[in-house]
Amino acid sequence: MVWEIAEGVQKAFQLIVSGDFAVIDATFRSLYISGTATLLAVSWSIPLGILIGSGNFRGKHLVKGFFNAMLGIPTVGLGLILYLFLSRAGPLGIFHLLYTPTAIILGQAILITPIAVTFTANAVESVEPEIKDLAKTLGASETEARLAVLREALPSTFLAVIASFNRAIAELGVAFMLGGSIPGLTRVLTTSIALETTRGNFEFGIALTMILLAIVFSLSFLVNLLKRK
Amino acid sequence: MLAGTFCYKRYVFISISPKYTVKHNGEKMNKTIFTWITITIIAVTTSIAGTTYYFTITMQGRRRLVVSTTTSLYDTGLLDAVEEKFEEKNPIDLYFISVGTGLAIKHAKRGDADVVLVHAPSTEYTFLKEGYGVCRKIIAYNFFLIAGPEEDPAKIRNLNVKQALTRIIEAGRNGSIVWVSRGDDSGTHVKEKTLWASIGFNWTVLREEGWFIESGSGMGKTLLMANERNAYTLADVGTYLKYRNEGHITLEALVSEGKELINVYSVIAVNPEKVSTVNFQDAITFIQFLTSQECQTLIGEYMKDVYKQSLFNPAVEILKQENSPITTWIREYAFFNGTECPSDYRNGHPELYK
Repeated sequence: MVWEIAEGVQKAFQLIVSGDFAVIDATFRSLYISGTATLLAVSWSIPLGILIGSGNFRGKHLVKGFFNAMLGIPTVGLGLILYLFLSRAGPLGIFHLLYTPTAIILGQAILITPIAVTFTANAVESVEPEIKDLAKTLGASETEARLAVLREALPSTFLAVIASFNRAIAELGVAFMLGGSIPGLTRVLTTSIALETTRGNFEFGIALTMILLAIVFSLSFLVNLLKRK
Repeated sequence: MLAGTFCYKRYVFISISPKYTVKHNGEKMNKTIFTWITITIIAVTTSIAGTTYYFTITMQGRRRLVVSTTTSLYDTGLLDAVEEKFEEKNPIDLYFISVGTGLAIKHAKRGDADVVLVHAPSTEYTFLKEGYGVCRKIIAYNFFLIAGPEEDPAKIRNLNVKQALTRIIEAGRNGSIVWVSRGDDSGTHVKEKTLWASIGFNWTVLREEGWFIESGSGMGKTLLMANERNAYTLADVGTYLKYRNEGHITLEALVSEGKELINVYSVIAVNPEKVSTVNFQDAITFIQFLTSQECQTLIGEYMKDVYKQSLFNPAVEILKQENSPITTWIREYAFFNGTECPSDYRNGHPELYK
């Protein structure tokens, strides 16, 4: 077992050093698709998270509870639901989005929305009362006090973005159901891993997993470094 | 907590205590938010524009043909070889979606595939009769095999299929062996159900018994599970040889001959009268290519040098012969009303059946 994994790691280095086209292609496509999905999700999730976190409205707990629960949605399940929407026979079939990178981007953006919203809302909530009161005591207006809260919550929001990206790049269900793993178009790292596994090429699968892990690790490391500064 | 307190003090006190700093800071904050929003909007727009551009580039002058296929054809790598040859000659990009027979047909009915490559004649016939499938052509065949542990506790080695299955049931019921079933409505699973039925057993009854387990997943994972449990299972020859050669399994092919084990692959186009959005014209081009001499040779030779045996045998020539036993087996198993595609379902392409 250990030997097989070691072989996989060795293979990963070989593939990267030799510049294997299929591997590099899938890696960049993964980065591009999941990166775009994260930006898209963040563009609506952070405002929503701030709204929920700082708001004081009826049913707030229900809304938060909903997003919390959605954190656990199985990716294949979400993939299936979105497939039914994007399929030619579905309501969005006229856009011909199925089996395109755009479909995966949309799907992953929806998948990671609950993560980004929950993280942001929690970040805002955790600093909200203290900072707001303090700022007001010091003579800040309502708007200024709110801005102070946002500023305090910013580092945790970064974490929300990174967590979202990691979930997006590591998920398989949506990418497979909506993308179909077409080489050169929608084949990403996770669908390649699945394919190489069913093809019995385990070391290739391990190698791809190592590349994926390397991306996720270096990102987390980078964020930690930034946060410290 | 301590660090947090310290942190917010540093921020808040420095920034908020003198009034003018608050104002200044507020503007700065506004600016930060504004920059943030601008960056996001730019990034999102560029990305989406990028996707569209990228997509048009890939599509330029080339049409696309979506082929939903059974996993055994794709996972052996055969279709990659077919794709390369086909795309050299035609301005058509093949998009293979490797999903298994059940889902492939579902895709086709919903308009998400233009052609299907499948291996479950009974399901295919329904697909034709419902009006969705047209222009069916049998393109290849091989044999399923019953794989089991080397020690062979059920003693089925070299028996005929029916005797072997009967022994498996006996041995299973007295607790000495385990059988792993796919249980996923794939072509292989459909075949397994037919095999149990041929000796008078119903799969839905058998599945309730303790020695009978379902993997609910693809051929590769099923073989791994059978190997782990030292169990018996039904496998397609392509996946079996690959896993055996790579050293993932030690199961042996105990029964691999006999007409009951025949496995027939066919290609079916989707009827444009039923699903108006399909790319029917290119589907016919693809079917013509698959049945051409060139592609048939490719199918027969694929991986032959590695495994010292063919993974798939070309079917077009052999079906024209009258007296070969294989022809009779395929006819009995995969023909409908004495033909591979009844004339009602040929959709104006009789030339495919000359």
